[in-house]
Amino acid sequence: MTNPVQALNSARVRGWLYQALFLACTLAVAWYLVSNTLTNLATRGVATGFGFLHREAGFEIGESLLPYSASDTYLTALVVGLLNTLAVSAAGVVLATVLGVLIGIGRLSSNWMVNRFATLYVETVRNVPLLLQLVVWYTILNRLPSPREALEVLPGIFLSNRGMKFPVLVEHAGHGWILLALLAGIAAAIAVVRYGRRRRETTGKPFPTLPAVIAALLLPPALAFIVTGAPLAFDVPALAGFNFEGGGSVTPEFTALLIGLSVYTAGFIAEIVRSGILAVPHGQTEAGLALGLSPGKILRLVILPQALRVIVPPLTSQYLNLTKNSSLAVAIGYPDLVSVSNTSANQTGQVVEAVAMMMVVYLIISLAISGFMNWYNRRVALVTR
Amino acid sequence: MKSHLSALAIAATLSVSAIALSGALSGTAQAGATFDGVKQKGYVQCGVNLGLYGFSAPDDKGKWSGLDVDMCRAVAAAMFGDAEKVKYTPLSAQQRLPALQSGEIDLLARNTTRTLTRDTANGLNFAPTNYYDGQGFMVSAKLGLKSAKQLNGATVCVLPGTTTEQNVSDYFRANKMTFKPVVIEKNEELNKAFFAGRCDALTSDASQLAAIRAAEVQNPNDYVILPELISKEPLSPAVRQGDEEWMNLVTWAFYTMVQAEEKGLTSETVDAAMTSPDPDVKRLLGVTAGNGKALGVEENWAYAIIKQVGNYAQSYERNVGAGSKLKMPRGQNALYTEGGLMYAPPMK
Repeated sequence: MTNPVQALNSARVRGWLYQALFLACTLAVAWYLVSNTLTNLATRGVATGFGFLHREAGFEIGESLLPYSASDTYLTALVVGLLNTLAVSAAGVVLATVLGVLIGIGRLSSNWMVNRFATLYVETVRNVPLLLQLVVWYTILNRLPSPREALEVLPGIFLSNRGMKFPVLVEHAGHGWILLALLAGIAAAIAVVRYGRRRRETTGKPFPTLPAVIAALLLPPALAFIVTGAPLAFDVPALAGFNFEGGGSVTPEFTALLIGLSVYTAGFIAEIVRSGILAVPHGQTEAGLALGLSPGKILRLVILPQALRVIVPPLTSQYLNLTKNSSLAVAIGYPDLVSVSNTSANQTGQVVEAVAMMMVVYLIISLAISGFMNWYNRRVALVTR
Repeated sequence: MKSHLSALAIAATLSVSAIALSGALSGTAQAGATFDGVKQKGYVQCGVNLGLYGFSAPDDKGKWSGLDVDMCRAVAAAMFGDAEKVKYTPLSAQQRLPALQSGEIDLLARNTTRTLTRDTANGLNFAPTNYYDGQGFMVSAKLGLKSAKQLNGATVCVLPGTTTEQNVSDYFRANKMTFKPVVIEKNEELNKAFFAGRCDALTSDASQLAAIRAAEVQNPNDYVILPELISKEPLSPAVRQGDEEWMNLVTWAFYTMVQAEEKGLTSETVDAAMTSPDPDVKRLLGVTAGNGKALGVEENWAYAIIKQVGNYAQSYERNVGAGSKLKMPRGQNALYTEGGLMYAPPMK
């Protein structure tokens, strides 16, 4: 009933046509760039492909969450780098959030001192380039005394320009049971909280949640400790050769990066928190007061749940920034994904592959964070009834 | 600042090379393309170190000097009869290979170690070695170490983007020792960390260690370079594969400097040598024609190198030897007649 020319008059058909054309053009350009690069790399005799991932890496990495040595493959080395990136990003997100919320609330404080300090903090850290801040933190940590003159801040905990060394528990079979008991305690605590809330909501009677939770968390591990009789022996760091041997350690590179990222991002988070709280109309506070709620309860039950709706979306982009900024680690020697990829690219000469992998990995990390935050945002979003 | 942001730098390098690779759809691999290209544009685009005293570093007026810079100048002198016709591209260790592969530079004279992989899979061709180096360790004199074998358990500061990371790992594995690397991208930051005591040892090519010591330390006796050299580092100029004419010119420009030293020709005496009866000297200086035509340049090409850049000994002493702050002895870099490795094939 419609001939092709008439079909062009339909907005729907034309829409499809334009979109198909656009898609075809994009694919053609992508194909051209990729095939051209490959052709030219081949012409110049440059090796391509991901075969190098299974070859021996042959270089050491300063710190690793996995057992790693120079005889492992490039793939393992890159995984070590990725885990280092994730470790510093995860710790950074937690620390920046805590610090940011405190500073953000501080900026709204009626206490002159707290208020001005928070303002000074925000204006300083937001306006100095992160790279400079990282170098400053790293330089400060490197100015600590050498291992032989290390500061013993607490018994067994040493601070030096090689990082922080601390005692770790010597492993014992009984520790597994204690851990299991702790998990059971956490489950019990969650159940107690839920019961308490339901009882309050149905009968209006309050329930002493806090003491019950503490008991649930502490009692089972303590019991398991007594029953198994597991020893509490510590591996204390001691000077040997160039450095401390034994115990656990946190390197200056990790610490400098963690502090730098957290302090910097906290400045932005503080402003987001402040704007979120200010976005809740003052009438809400007055309504809370009229109901006889205490100021703490007003903040926790009335203000923050509403402020979160404003806070979460910009917070997501701060988390993404923090994760991506962790790639500045190369400047201060933390072996993150970029650092390990750089070394791999240099040893194999396969820069295109290494950079492509880095891009894909950062994309996946960022999409995962934003996916999680979107889910959380939907959870706290206003439910219209 | 740019090389601080390594991720950015790599990404930038990548995009530059991707564009260059994409743009050069056809004909880049033809023999003579680089040679003709250089001749046409009238200068040599030379990739050098961002700043390594003795090899390539700009002075306070922005004028570059060093052993590698002299290599660039020698090639320009051979090509144009004028050693000043060079434009320098300072490159980080990561940027250097893509810069050459993509055609951004014509010649890479940036203390680059010649290896099998670089010669094959990376698509480079190496001219003769212009400095025989080896990777060593520098430690504080206070530690009282006599040998690198005493470094078990040490923390070692390493510059990335070189063969150094792998060499140091190999050395410690071979000697059943362990170490912790601290890998920092930028020279200055790495040196700062080392001199602040973050690492027990700093590892790099011995010449670089001497350069760092000369630049950063008040009293050079506070730091010692341990005697073990754990690798062979033949630092060599490199060109892209696929242009034999260009490769020939770079190769023989360097040999000219070595040959001049052997024949006792310096930038001061070369004018007087034009009347020398020695047939080798006559051929070298183009008094007897032939060499220039074979290379596709003017017959006075070698004269221009010797007159404007000097012979190898002059370049060495001025940049890294007794006449410089580095005070590196000639060692392996002496002429073969004096127990070194420098040897120019017959120039006829």
